[in-house]
Amino acid sequence: MPDARDSILSRLRAAPRGPAPGSDFSVMEDRFFPPEERLARLRKMMEAVSAEFFETTKADWPRFLHGLLVQQGIGSILYGPGSEAGQRLAEEWPEGGARAVAYDRPMDSFKEEMFNGVEAGLTSTLGGIAETGSLILWPSADEPRALSLVPPVHVALLDPDKLHNTFWQAMRALGWSQTQMPANALLVSGPSKTTDIEQTLAYGVHGPKRLIVLITR
Amino acid sequence: MGNFGPAAREALKDGQLRSNFRRAMDGLMSKRAALFADQDEWTRLRALGESIKARALAQLPELLEKLEANCRKNGIQVHWAETTAQANDIILGLLQKRGAKTLVKGKSMVSEEMHLNAFLEGHGIEALETDLGEYVIQLDHEAPSHIIMPAIHKNKQQIARLFSEKIKEAQYTEDVDALTGMARQVLRRKFREADAGLSGVNFAVAETGTLCLVENEGNGRLCTTVPPLHIAVMGLEKVVERLEDVPPLISLLTRSATGQPITTYVNMITSPRRPGEKDGPEEVHLVILDNGRSRSYSDEQLRRTLQCIRCGACMNHCPVYTRVGGHAYNAPYPGPIGKILMPQIEGMEAKGELAHASSLCNACVEVCPVKIPIAELLVRLRTEGAHARADAPVLQPGAERSTAEALAWKMWSRMATSPTAWKMAGTMAGTFDPLMPEAFGPLADWKKGGRTRPRFAKKSLHRLLRDKGVPDA
Repeated sequence: MPDARDSILSRLRAAPRGPAPGSDFSVMEDRFFPPEERLARLRKMMEAVSAEFFETTKADWPRFLHGLLVQQGIGSILYGPGSEAGQRLAEEWPEGGARAVAYDRPMDSFKEEMFNGVEAGLTSTLGGIAETGSLILWPSADEPRALSLVPPVHVALLDPDKLHNTFWQAMRALGWSQTQMPANALLVSGPSKTTDIEQTLAYGVHGPKRLIVLITR
Repeated sequence: MGNFGPAAREALKDGQLRSNFRRAMDGLMSKRAALFADQDEWTRLRALGESIKARALAQLPELLEKLEANCRKNGIQVHWAETTAQANDIILGLLQKRGAKTLVKGKSMVSEEMHLNAFLEGHGIEALETDLGEYVIQLDHEAPSHIIMPAIHKNKQQIARLFSEKIKEAQYTEDVDALTGMARQVLRRKFREADAGLSGVNFAVAETGTLCLVENEGNGRLCTTVPPLHIAVMGLEKVVERLEDVPPLISLLTRSATGQPITTYVNMITSPRRPGEKDGPEEVHLVILDNGRSRSYSDEQLRRTLQCIRCGACMNHCPVYTRVGGHAYNAPYPGPIGKILMPQIEGMEAKGELAHASSLCNACVEVCPVKIPIAELLVRLRTEGAHARADAPVLQPGAERSTAEALAWKMWSRMATSPTAWKMAGTMAGTFDPLMPEAFGPLADWKKGGRTRPRFAKKSLHRLLRDKGVPDA
């Protein structure tokens, strides 16, 4: 509707306007957690909303994850075979126990299985945010959006050397405004939750019921 | 004319409603206070938030054009609507073009403002609310009573009864986890099968053409990820200039709204599914709605209403809202923000009375994370309601003017500007006070709260001083 656009914009342009005020971002710059305290802070914030943490190594995480799923009775995990993490998982996944399911075709062709058939989804992260206890996810063709959304358990890999103080500082350090943003960028700070019934906290209302973070040293 | 007065009186009689709100508001206020314990940080962050919104408003037409251009470049199609009717038609057109029959909805206050659900149902399209609170009230054919927690007026017994009546095969239970599980089961199937998804927008970034959404449940992500068509609706004030403007606003928003350092999900959408990607909608559309906002924008004072980031802190701290609840306002936006927004959106005739539903206690002003001078705007709107003038930036200025009130003030002004008349009136009031009825006219209403009528003094202050030998000035 081009006429709506033009008449709205011309009304806005006709209004009296002063100069745009500047913004003092020093309160965002000042926020600082010493590097050695960032992981503890992130864990504390995320555990407060029921995220679960496990320590493993960069060399060993696929085997560790397999063992963890078996131990927790989680029968299957969906992964993006084109991603670096997905390739590691496919190559090093032990026989038996939990099943690894490749997310290798468009969602539309296996919605039913994704919604009802797989129990967990694996994603990597770009890093974490100490202040709020958040993981940064940039889904892609190789690591699709639904991995952290549809299966009831979301498993995320976190490199403890990639922790930022705040969201604002992370965004600047990673140069988001200068790069092409992904179709969908995400911060994930816990499992899905709600307090809509009498302000009582309940987990797993629509998204994952559990968020498992593997710290890969 | 509206009916806030009678609706408020009815609400005040409902003890259950009052205790549901009291408990909820007390909880929200203390959670928020805990997260803004550092006064210095609060002061600086709030000043930053205000400056970001003021900066965006100072360049509003340019930023909207930039947002449109960048969205288009990213593959998001942009539509403009002057009125809610136009916005509804645009959405219906998009749905019909794809033959969509079911729409899953994430929480959007603008879609409440548009009465979109009823409109679509009239055209044979099922619009299903998926935010748990919104789902609850949709099942009960109610409107939201709070902009963040729409079902806050209900307790779990009421929700348990509702679910057992409306959800197939549901057993009565008051267990919150079990109730949540029932909604999950119903809605997961809907997410999977829906032809389209709709969401609001918390912040739209002009610099990158990115739509930012905050939420805890994941229903917003499902609505914007699973169906092949995603439609986002926003009021034109939601645009911000730069990506780095978003984190401070999110911090102010989530802490003010629910006392959370951050929501579970921050969802930033920049384009539809790209070639080679396996999920995400094939089409993303952004509908930008005016609906009176550009009229408010034409006035530099009323424009400040558009700074609002919809956190709901003003209602959580409002002594009127806490006592009467959200439905008494009969408006999509209740509480202090509703009292300044609704008269500007719908006009003084329909909603001007809401500007009077306040004691001007300033609690809302103290907690507003972007420093909207709500009390000043309430007074301004009361003035606009009482005085008709040709170029007023509101619909139906003067619609609330009452001849009797205007006459009373005129007489008052005559009396107060003439020393002789003033003196005479004072003497008469003192002399005849015992003869005056206990309550009449507006006093009768005022006295119903158990108040006693004030008495006129027998001798005026002037007289008392003169008796003591103090000379008149």
